[in-house]
Amino acid sequence: MQQHSADTAMPTTVENSAGAPPVIGPGYTFRTVSEKISTITLTGRTPRAWWLGLGISFLLVMVLLYTILYLLFEGVGIWGINVPVAWGFAIINFVWWIGIGHAGTLISAILLLLHQKWRTSINRFAEAMTLFAVACAGLFPLLHMGRPWFFYWLLPYPNTMRIWPQFRSPLVWDVFAVSTYGSVSLLFWYVGLIPDLATLRDRSRNRLVQYIYGFMAMGWRGSAHHWKRYEITYLILAALATPLVVSVHTVVSFDFAVAILPGWHTTIFPPYFVAGAIYSGFAMVLVLAIPLRAFYGLQDFITMRHLQNMAKVTLATGLIVGYGYGLEAFMAWYSGDLYERYAIVNRMFGPYSLYYWLLILCNVITPQTLWFAGVRNNPIRLFGVALVVLVGMWLERYVIVVTSLHRDYLPSSWGNYSPTAWDWSMYLGTIGFFFALLFLFVRFLPMISIAEMQTLLPESKVHGNGSSGENH
Amino acid sequence: MENNPGLYGLLAEFENPKALLQAARSVHEAGYTRIDAYSPFPIEGLSDAMGFRRTRMPLLILIGGVTGALCGFGLQYYCAVLSYPINVAGRPLNSWPSWIPVTFEMTILLASLTAVFGLLALCGLPMPYHPLFNVPRFSRATRDGFFLCIESLDPRFERTATRDFLAGLNPREVLEVPQ
Repeated sequence: MQQHSADTAMPTTVENSAGAPPVIGPGYTFRTVSEKISTITLTGRTPRAWWLGLGISFLLVMVLLYTILYLLFEGVGIWGINVPVAWGFAIINFVWWIGIGHAGTLISAILLLLHQKWRTSINRFAEAMTLFAVACAGLFPLLHMGRPWFFYWLLPYPNTMRIWPQFRSPLVWDVFAVSTYGSVSLLFWYVGLIPDLATLRDRSRNRLVQYIYGFMAMGWRGSAHHWKRYEITYLILAALATPLVVSVHTVVSFDFAVAILPGWHTTIFPPYFVAGAIYSGFAMVLVLAIPLRAFYGLQDFITMRHLQNMAKVTLATGLIVGYGYGLEAFMAWYSGDLYERYAIVNRMFGPYSLYYWLLILCNVITPQTLWFAGVRNNPIRLFGVALVVLVGMWLERYVIVVTSLHRDYLPSSWGNYSPTAWDWSMYLGTIGFFFALLFLFVRFLPMISIAEMQTLLPESKVHGNGSSGENH
Repeated sequence: MENNPGLYGLLAEFENPKALLQAARSVHEAGYTRIDAYSPFPIEGLSDAMGFRRTRMPLLILIGGVTGALCGFGLQYYCAVLSYPINVAGRPLNSWPSWIPVTFEMTILLASLTAVFGLLALCGLPMPYHPLFNVPRFSRATRDGFFLCIESLDPRFERTATRDFLAGLNPREVLEVPQ
């Protein structure tokens, strides 16, 4: 209720100060920034809505565990997959989740290198989102293997069979790309957390809580020697994560593009997948940020400026994705290849045409509303658009995986695919898993970087008039 | 050191980052070398003001990355050419273009691991105990406190003279840090 007045008040300050809205609300000091963020974690009172949210997510986690148990007992036959569509939900959801994760790395690494100060208040939970999304993504290929307890066969290790992984295969590249991505995201996130964990250690009064945060902060004391190394290391980690994030979805797209299936075997796939990943990822950040800032009263930290910028990135990447769809159709026609042409015609007018046109509606038409300031400045409308984009990006993967597989070169090998209840319970279960982890994260760790937020205050600047860090 | 048993150093607290930066400059100019500053966030130019050496982190990370690249490529070369050569549709055994993704990922992985563990190693972390944690006021260093410490190991350190010198830098308070 209170947040609505803050939201509507923000555009007036825009007009008054003649420029972009500020990245942090007025009237904050080092102390109040630190206290406002750390109190959310350290308070003894847990909001009832938090319990409700965690409870629902936890129930879905139970659904996930039950599904996995049954899957291990019965085998992947409980899913709708079969020849010719052997990938189904497992790969659709894998690509969807891993794509969502990409926005976290983009915000924390690429925007850091580009000196986009507005990233500061959203990078921490966007990185957490990356980690949790990668965790959900990883489950699918592991379980899709059928015998997940042999997952280590994917790794090169000296074994009694005296064979090695096939390094010419994109599926092996994927193992390296996704595991590296998960590891580096975790390291990057943890390094960012260390100074804030020390803040929590020093602020808490409870002995046990002090021990736990103290253990995780590893004795950080804000030494200038340490800050010097820390800053350069953080910057280099960002520079390493930037090409990494591009490589991950590129390799994921190779899983498709290296195959010779009509509709998959195109060179547009890597850039189009990366753009789609960022598109869905920013939509997810919006879906998370809008309720979080309202619920915890963080409108001064996650301002309308942040939401507007994220809306613009969503629109830009959405246009790239739309271009990708257009080019796919054009290249199919222009190639003159019978099978490529058939693949796209079948996609548009075949048995899965409904999914295709829904995808166009969700991913190409709906985001066009973001051209209007009335949508970008309204958190509720923005939330709606972001949700539609998330659905659209899921449909995109459905269309890519299913329509190409279900009709390849030989009509005798054609077939149809439809998911079973277990496919859906697995998918919903990972959504619950994702949100359960997020609920735990916002309760036990600072969801906004305290140290970085403090550097946004004019008083933190020791050179010049102190207003330099405000914009850009 | 001998005449300061049980004393780690003297800790001065300053009002804001600007005051801390000025004090750090004065302390460095006065010839103190065993000094360190503590702040809740990095302050631009602070380490230069205190005359810290360049950090070796970038070099370490570069070494990590190059090692990762060599290991990544070497692993694939060993597996596909030496250990178990297999003819796939007449492609050369050393089909290096298809090995670039894994080589790249290994480069990033090893560079990042070196970055994080190198950072911890060079900073001496984890360090569960430090004399500064004995000062109750020091808990503000991770929130809104700006501190400067001259350690008793400094050759120029003298309990009273150093204390007077720090007091002349307009601090909020000068505290003794027990060992």
